[in-house]
Amino acid sequence: MSFFKKLKYKITGQTDTVTNKFKDGLAKTRHSMAARVNNLVKRYRKVDEDFFEELEEILISADVGVNTVLELVEKLKDEARTRNIKETEQLKDVIIEVLSNMLTEDEKDAAIAIQNDGLTVILVVGVNGVGKTTTIGKMAYKFKEEGKSVLLAAGDTFRAGAIEQLEVWGERAGVEVVKHNEGSDPAAVIYDAIMAAKSRGVDILICDTAGRLQNKVNLMKELEKVKRVISREVPGAPHEVLLVLDATTGQNAMTQAKIFGEATDVSGIVLTKLDGTAKGGIVLAIRHELDLPVKLVGLGEGIHDLQPFDSDTFVYGLFSEMFQSENGEDHAEENN
Amino acid sequence: MAFENLADRLQETFKKIRGKGKVSEADVKQMTREVRLALLEADVNFKVVKDFINRIKERAVGQEVLKSLTPGQQVIKVVQEELTELMGGEQSKLRMSAKPPTVVMLVGLQGAGKTTTTGKLANYIRKQQNKKPLLAACDVYRPAAIKQLQTLGGQLDMPVFSMGDDASPVDIAKQAVAKAKEDHNDIVFIDTAGRLHVDDALMEELENIKEATQPDEIILVVDAMTGQDAVNVAESFNDRLGLTGVIMTKLDGDTRGGAALSVKAVTGTPIKFAGMGEKLDALEPFHPERMASRILGMGDVLTLIEKAQATVDEEKAKEMEKKMRTMSFTFDDFLEQLSQVRSMGPLDELLGMMPGANKIKGMKNLKIDEKQISHIEAIIRSMTPAEKTDPDIINASRKKRIANGSGTSIQEVNRLLKQFKDMKKMMKQMMGMTKGKKKKNPFNLPFM
Ligand SMILES: Nc1nc2c(ncn2[C@@H]2O[C@H](COP(=O)(O)OP(=O)(O)OP(=O)(O)O)[C@@H](O)[C@H]2O)c(=O)[nH]1
Ligand SMILES: Nc1nc2c(ncn2[C@@H]2O[C@H](COP(=O)(O)OP(=O)(O)OP(=O)(O)O)[C@@H](O)[C@H]2O)c(=O)[nH]1
Ligand SMILES: [Mg+2]
Ligand SMILES: [Mg+2]
Repeated sequence: MSFFKKLKYKITGQTDTVTNKFKDGLAKTRHSMAARVNNLVKRYRKVDEDFFEELEEILISADVGVNTVLELVEKLKDEARTRNIKETEQLKDVIIEVLSNMLTEDEKDAAIAIQNDGLTVILVVGVNGVGKTTTIGKMAYKFKEEGKSVLLAAGDTFRAGAIEQLEVWGERAGVEVVKHNEGSDPAAVIYDAIMAAKSRGVDILICDTAGRLQNKVNLMKELEKVKRVISREVPGAPHEVLLVLDATTGQNAMTQAKIFGEATDVSGIVLTKLDGTAKGGIVLAIRHELDLPVKLVGLGEGIHDLQPFDSDTFVYGLFSEMFQSENGEDHAEENN
Repeated sequence: MAFENLADRLQETFKKIRGKGKVSEADVKQMTREVRLALLEADVNFKVVKDFINRIKERAVGQEVLKSLTPGQQVIKVVQEELTELMGGEQSKLRMSAKPPTVVMLVGLQGAGKTTTTGKLANYIRKQQNKKPLLAACDVYRPAAIKQLQTLGGQLDMPVFSMGDDASPVDIAKQAVAKAKEDHNDIVFIDTAGRLHVDDALMEELENIKEATQPDEIILVVDAMTGQDAVNVAESFNDRLGLTGVIMTKLDGDTRGGAALSVKAVTGTPIKFAGMGEKLDALEPFHPERMASRILGMGDVLTLIEKAQATVDEEKAKEMEKKMRTMSFTFDDFLEQLSQVRSMGPLDELLGMMPGANKIKGMKNLKIDEKQISHIEAIIRSMTPAEKTDPDIINASRKKRIANGSGTSIQEVNRLLKQFKDMKKMMKQMMGMTKGKKKKNPFNLPFM
């Protein structure tokens, strides 16, 4: 059985609606990416330099990143040589296999680390406007649905309307928000929230933070301070430091992951706005270059639009159309 | 960033060519490949890159370049000139209506910076042209979006028109314009909700706002960190609304900002302003030439120079420049530069603008820790005059003495010596890079 078929088998074995939603969200990605690879394979019967160059382009257009793409294509060339593959049709499966391995190598637990007993503290960080506050609202709702008690900390005391925004999400999810006035010290808000969470015996505390660009040294220090306060007050916390990345972002996402990673020991990534046409290929690069799992994906602005990340589904979603012709099914051609 | 900057890579390529004395087709291919990769690395859309490469190919492999003593730098010059050209002239003006109020509509993806930019732009126009703006809160979807705009209005002491979040954005926009007429506000800024360019219903809503208010400006707000998708976004918004301008936000970050080129290439509309921070005065006219340098990884040198010139006196700067050129830059000079730089503003901001700064290990450390700078100062102060002018004489026993004298460690002394060496190397490179230019050498930086 081909690698892809195995994957498909694995996926279709799941009857989870979650999986479908995830796939729907990625439909645009899948369509254009798969159609283009397919198209490429059709136009080039033989595996040659031009073929690889165009493959490079497809991957780059998905924001996979130049370095990763070059490495990937090198790997493919090697594979083609050692397996003596001359026809592009045969190479299709290898492409999927190599990409999939890249995404799943050293796979870490993608689940959010919720403590069995005692308080779980989740710190949410990232650059401006990526979707931190929205993701927190969605997460609060999700945990609440799972029967957990949740508290939110309005740690963004800087941006206009940030506190009110989190309060609206708190109302929507039916959870309380601990806040101070705009302009106050974020570490103090977080501290109060921890105290409140402890005294109320809350299961999960999720801390919002102001968006900050990773090259702002002072703001990164402020974030380190917030994290220190959490560690000091709750041993072993924060149990998760989630870095929110916007799928629309290009190569800078890598720098974000590196620098936020260094400053706050990021434990996982939330990839938002995958409901747009941005391909989210940066996930490959991040997975490959940094040892950071993607834990959640944002697929819209609604409270339900948050899903766990599943790399099998992701790869399947990216390429399923490419292989439909294998089963005699037709696939829509895309001309671009 | 694992990528070397384009200057280095081209230098490498040409070194090989030089040895052979003849340029082959493969060499040309290699060279354009380097340019291509640098642009892709900077997030310029791959299709835009393709067109661009075709554009420069002829010039880049022409006589002008190959006969030059420094072909690598010549290519960069050509690339930068073409990039600047493509980016268009400076156009930091808003189209004003002959019949007030002027209507300015801001549109874009979620989180791009529309609401913040609405505040900034209103502030800018009031300052520059004495206008009396009204802000219209037409985002009825995002939680607390209205509150956000109202807070900004409060900070600016500017009126905000809102009808709550039950009204339709089209009605709000229409009423806002009427209200502005009534209150003699001569310019209205319409803040719209973030939306995906593929969201047909919401895109139609924008068309309806346009229809109802006949804006003089429809400005697409684009996050400078946007990747390859920038072209799809810009194309869609432009097709449906007919954009009149673009504003790039978050350029205070360390992204190369290739999206600027993509957006300009597909829409043809001018990029008018650059968002340089979260505060309401952090809006600057967009400088195409600087953007071109930045995309090529040469840093925002001009901004840095402007800052420097405002702080440092001309004479000293000239002297420094000469020292840099003749490579007679010493630790004494370094020390002086350090103190001048510190008076210019937060170090991290300055270093962010410096070409290649984040690629040099020592620089990155400097960037992270202000305390370390006091250590550096202490180390240099513990050197003898001879050591400061000629660091090569600093042997193991001298290192030990310096470390003791400055209360630091030998490792720290070693690190500084290494940094200094790297820095000189970089200076040399940068001095070389600009040699071809006729205009005033931009590198009269007060430090480095
Ligand atoms: N389409 C889409 N929009 C999203 C998603 N997640 C967030 N958004 C939108 O993105 C915008 C910014 O979201 P926020 O949650 O305010 O982002 P943030 O990171 O908290 O922003 P700052 O606090 O200002 O740094 C809002 O308009 C959200 O509705 C997503 O998964 N898909
Ligand atoms: N560093 C920096 N941050 C910026 C800049 N412009 C906007 N921001 C920040 O980016 C985030 C999003 O800005 P908003 O103005 O809320 O963006 P928006 O496009 O109105 O967002 P939606 O209405 O949710 O679509 C906020 O945290 C802003 O403070 C800029 O030029 N530099
Ligand atoms: Mg927020
Ligand atoms: Mg807004």
